[in-house]
Amino acid sequence: MSPPEKLLEARDLAKTFGKVAAVRGVSFALRRGETFGIVGESGSGKSTLARLLLRLIEPSGGGVHFRGRDLTSLGREEMRRERRHIQMIFQDPFGSLNPRMTVGELVAEPMHAHDIGERGDRGARALKLLDEVGLPAAAGARYPHEFSGGQRQRIAIARALASEPALIVADEPVSALDVSVQAQVLNLLLDLKERHGMTLLFISHDLRVVEFICDRIAVMYLGEIVELGDKAAICGEPRHPYTQALFASAPGRPKTARLAGEIPNAADVPSGCAFRTRCPRAFDRCAIDHPPLRALGGERFAACHLVEPAAEAVS
Amino acid sequence: MSPRLPNDMSATTATIAPAARRAGLARRLAAKPTAALAILVLAGLIAAILAAPLLTHASPLKIDPAHRLLSPRTGHLMGTDHLGRDMLAIVLYGGRTSLIVGFFVTAIAMSVAIALGLLSGFYRRIDAVLMRIVDGLMAFPGIVLATAAAGYIGPSVTTVVLALSLVLIAPALRVVRGQTLIVRELPMIEAARAVGLRETHILTRYILPAVLSPILIQASFVFSAAVLGEAALSFIGLGVGAKDVSWGGALAEARDYIQNGWWIVVFPGAALVLTILSLNLLGDSLRDALDPKLAGRRA
Repeated sequence: MSPPEKLLEARDLAKTFGKVAAVRGVSFALRRGETFGIVGESGSGKSTLARLLLRLIEPSGGGVHFRGRDLTSLGREEMRRERRHIQMIFQDPFGSLNPRMTVGELVAEPMHAHDIGERGDRGARALKLLDEVGLPAAAGARYPHEFSGGQRQRIAIARALASEPALIVADEPVSALDVSVQAQVLNLLLDLKERHGMTLLFISHDLRVVEFICDRIAVMYLGEIVELGDKAAICGEPRHPYTQALFASAPGRPKTARLAGEIPNAADVPSGCAFRTRCPRAFDRCAIDHPPLRALGGERFAACHLVEPAAEAVS
Repeated sequence: MSPRLPNDMSATTATIAPAARRAGLARRLAAKPTAALAILVLAGLIAAILAAPLLTHASPLKIDPAHRLLSPRTGHLMGTDHLGRDMLAIVLYGGRTSLIVGFFVTAIAMSVAIALGLLSGFYRRIDAVLMRIVDGLMAFPGIVLATAAAGYIGPSVTTVVLALSLVLIAPALRVVRGQTLIVRELPMIEAARAVGLRETHILTRYILPAVLSPILIQASFVFSAAVLGEAALSFIGLGVGAKDVSWGGALAEARDYIQNGWWIVVFPGAALVLTILSLNLLGDSLRDALDPKLAGRRA
């Protein structure tokens, strides 16, 4: 828990849209240099969480601390400057790039916005970044529509790198891409993360992808983190019934205990434990008591009445 | 990870730039018979109006009572009016007034509408105030508002331009604002914010180019409404004044002499109808050509 270790910390973050509770009290901390994964079904609030962390939307409650500064307290211009250090890669590589700008302009844009380097050198640096993501210098003079989905995501990555961020938040960066291209982009992302000493927050609905690239994983369900821990622990020995079911539902796993039904409407969250309506092991208490996210020892956390923290801490 | 490139980056696609896309738009416009005709008519009218001193030596203001109400067969191509003025000169120099008014009203109304519409669509606080003012402006029928403004300042070209601009800003502003509201929600805007771009940069480099097509369409309608509005104001005597000729003014004076000579009504009237019709057809074609969903439907 030494302070410099935490790059970013969410404290009891919440967001409601009218009646819909998209994110309900999420707390976690990112360690500098790690790859942290957030998994959940669609509707679990993971994309909303990403936008809250970057303050692209204002939280209804709680706060985000980045390098010890409370982002939610920053003024408009202060927040804009801070964005230099936190960049985001979006799911849709077709919609997130301005179709009227050349790739070179798009990659140089963050340097202009944050006054990085000399004006005259920015074009050359943009080409260097394009080279780093595996695109030729000639790509700089072309427009985004001339590229494939995977190539556009490479452009988006080069653009994110341009401001030399400490943290990259990637929201489903490969789920819109062909499977054959996904691994290339993931490897590129990991490679660059290591080379530039960045921290990566990776959001996905795909357990296999998260398992492949992340050091630690948080599992979200209906706007809450239900389990959090090292990849080995989460994937090897999931404790929360939802995590267990999620692994059982993944293709290529035995068909026992697959997840039935769909995620409930976030406008009508079940009482007590939100997962109880789909939980194979739910009992009376689950409808009454809301299970908090409790430490199980060994940096593991789970929110379930069946997982006893005391017993776990001993073992 | 490999630097190897797929085939879709070949040189053939490399040259497609916005300039090429714009050329495509011009071609698509010209390919439509109505659009091509409208452009042809407008080009002819504008050329004739600009070349007025070459086409006729007559002055539109020179009164010649000895040769009043001469028919078009008498050496005056369009005849003369009840004061002996040459109708061809009136139509050509009146068109000059129409063009001047149309140009300045479009320039003023569209610049104000673009600036305020972008701000209004982008910032909710500005929007709340601005839209109430626009609602107020739009509550008056346009011609009443223009009449009041023209009557208050007195007849002159400047008055007409200002009065019509005031009337035509509100609907154009609404169009720009509506488009801005749509574009603001596009993923590229969220991405631009996440990068940390300045808001002025997002407005000018992201939103403005994306709303340019509807602005172009709106401009053609504003131009036509300005030409028609000038004619209407001049017709009721609140227009450009006696020193300047205008189609509307000519029609107003001709009203009492319709029985004596059809030509003094038909030529300025036809010029006005042709101009308005062509401008509106051009606007419609522009809208079709710029909307990919409608493109090809009427081909």
